[in-house]
Amino acid sequence: MSVLVAYATRSFRLLREEVFVLPARTVFLLICILLLLFPLISQEPFILRVFILAGIFAIFAASWDLLSGFTGQINFGHALFFGVAAYTAALLNWNLGLAPWATIPLGAAAAVLAGLVVGIPCLRLRGTYLAFATLAFPLILLGVVYAIPKITYGELGIYGIEPLAGSRVASYYIAIPSMIVLGFVMWKITDSKIGLVFHAIREDEVTARASGINTTRYKLLAFCLSGLFAGIAGGLYAHFVKAASPSTLELLLSFQVIIWAVFGGIATIYGPMAGVLILYPLTEFVLIRYLAVPSETRLLIFASIVLLVLLFMPQGLTTWLRDRTEKICPRCKLQNLAWRRKCRVCTAELG
Amino acid sequence: MAENIIIYGLLSSGVYALLAVGFSLIFGVARIANLSHTAFYMLAAYLIYTFASALGLNLYLSIILAIITVTAVGIISYRLLIARVRQHEATTLIVTIAMAVIIQEAILKAFGGQPRGVPKLLSGSTEILGVSVLNQQLLTLGVVILMLLVTWIFLMKTKTGVAIRSTAQDREVANLMGINVSRMEMLTMAISVGLAAIAGALVAPLFVLTPGMWAHPLVMILAVVVLGGLGSLKGSLIGALVLGFAENLVVFSRPEGAYLKTSVALTVMLIVILIKPEGLFGIVFEEERG
Repeated sequence: MSVLVAYATRSFRLLREEVFVLPARTVFLLICILLLLFPLISQEPFILRVFILAGIFAIFAASWDLLSGFTGQINFGHALFFGVAAYTAALLNWNLGLAPWATIPLGAAAAVLAGLVVGIPCLRLRGTYLAFATLAFPLILLGVVYAIPKITYGELGIYGIEPLAGSRVASYYIAIPSMIVLGFVMWKITDSKIGLVFHAIREDEVTARASGINTTRYKLLAFCLSGLFAGIAGGLYAHFVKAASPSTLELLLSFQVIIWAVFGGIATIYGPMAGVLILYPLTEFVLIRYLAVPSETRLLIFASIVLLVLLFMPQGLTTWLRDRTEKICPRCKLQNLAWRRKCRVCTAELG
Repeated sequence: MAENIIIYGLLSSGVYALLAVGFSLIFGVARIANLSHTAFYMLAAYLIYTFASALGLNLYLSIILAIITVTAVGIISYRLLIARVRQHEATTLIVTIAMAVIIQEAILKAFGGQPRGVPKLLSGSTEILGVSVLNQQLLTLGVVILMLLVTWIFLMKTKTGVAIRSTAQDREVANLMGINVSRMEMLTMAISVGLAAIAGALVAPLFVLTPGMWAHPLVMILAVVVLGGLGSLKGSLIGALVLGFAENLVVFSRPEGAYLKTSVALTVMLIVILIKPEGLFGIVFEEERG
């Protein structure tokens, strides 16, 4: 009993001292709770479907950020990891009858392997060369998928694999908690020493190397970690839509993930997730249902919103909001409310 | 079969070269990777279709009008959109992708998804070495070579061309030498989009027009400029020849070639840059350290 009380006190203190001190964190906690309680408000299958897909794509966008936002290795072919995992999961399920709890981790493992395959040759490339070279990988695989229809069913894709869960609500309670947990894990990774090294590689790789950091190893680690999370998203996607189709490898998906991430704000993890959670439901049903926008102009509106927002907030939405509500303490480097005079921890004067 | 490979190889190489030179120019001068480059190419083709088939204007007049309109659209979008975000690299990429998507969706809305065709400027065909070649294909090839020559002479021999090249080499020093850098960037954007529009005008009578026609050439020109080396015109030309022929070799030699042509061309590109990471003729930019 006393153990429980101790835990409760500790988590209450954690909430008060780490979460409620910053509006951004409070908002994130609220959004998580709202998303988890959403099926109590509405169980309309279509809306649940949109939120499940948004959750899956949020993991995917955050995994792009882990690689490209943090280490600066702009990946233009992120759909590769998604597609490899989706196809691996679908093929294993279709041919060997493995259940989703086995195929999704195996798909993610395949995506990690894909991360190595892309990462090793790309270590020598930098900047724009790297971006355009990574673009090639999913498209090469796409050609192969089309060329061997006996295994991959070509343009149709593999349809009719096992669903993620028995009901829509059950799928929702797999996808949304996965998003929250994986998002938190990614954020913790970027908050650790590894994240610090990733930042250093992006800011100045030569200096990072001169400081004794094996940048090659860390860049490969970034490719593999990013592949892992993108792969989990790909596997979840394949089992949720019950198919692995060529659209998981297409150019549009690679571009889409960058659009979501940059819109939300890169090098934050929560930015790309917010980008997906705002843009995806907005274009999938909010505009169409409540503002009477015809559904065929969806992509047009999507592109226009992204364009307009980026013109006024070139660093992305959450970064813009963060710069206006938070200030970093010059002494202990902790975030503080922008309108505080003194740091909440070390009481240093905030500039 | 060999003659098909040569004719179509030359044709696609020519178009890729024209597109890649424009893309490479604006990248070299202003460090803007304009992913809407091929969307402008598509826009030109559709405008010719509008002017010639829907409004019934003279074909030559429609082509000139289309090229002027697209160049104007390019300059306006540069001034209003790209120039405002260009110091953020990732944001520039997204803004240009968004522009391409907007052009695609606007065309889809205006013309629908069904394929459209534009009448040929020249009809009939000529026999060369026992192979009959469409006159329109010869015209396209001729104009491509002419435009590449004109661009090359402009950049190498005229005073403005030298100014553009010096801006590409070193912005700050060019500025100190009295070159109006921002005007040069705008001029380069106009030339770049203009070349894309000309490429669009040249392929419009040969290919069917669909709102998705920009994606494949975009991938190819990205591969071409990386293969040839970013910012190098000679590299773009040779890269275009290599990839154009690689693509058509696959298409005409294997039954499933149409699916694999992009894969093979991109694999060739990857192999080359793995051996030579800065591309065939890449200029090694000095490490840009903030």
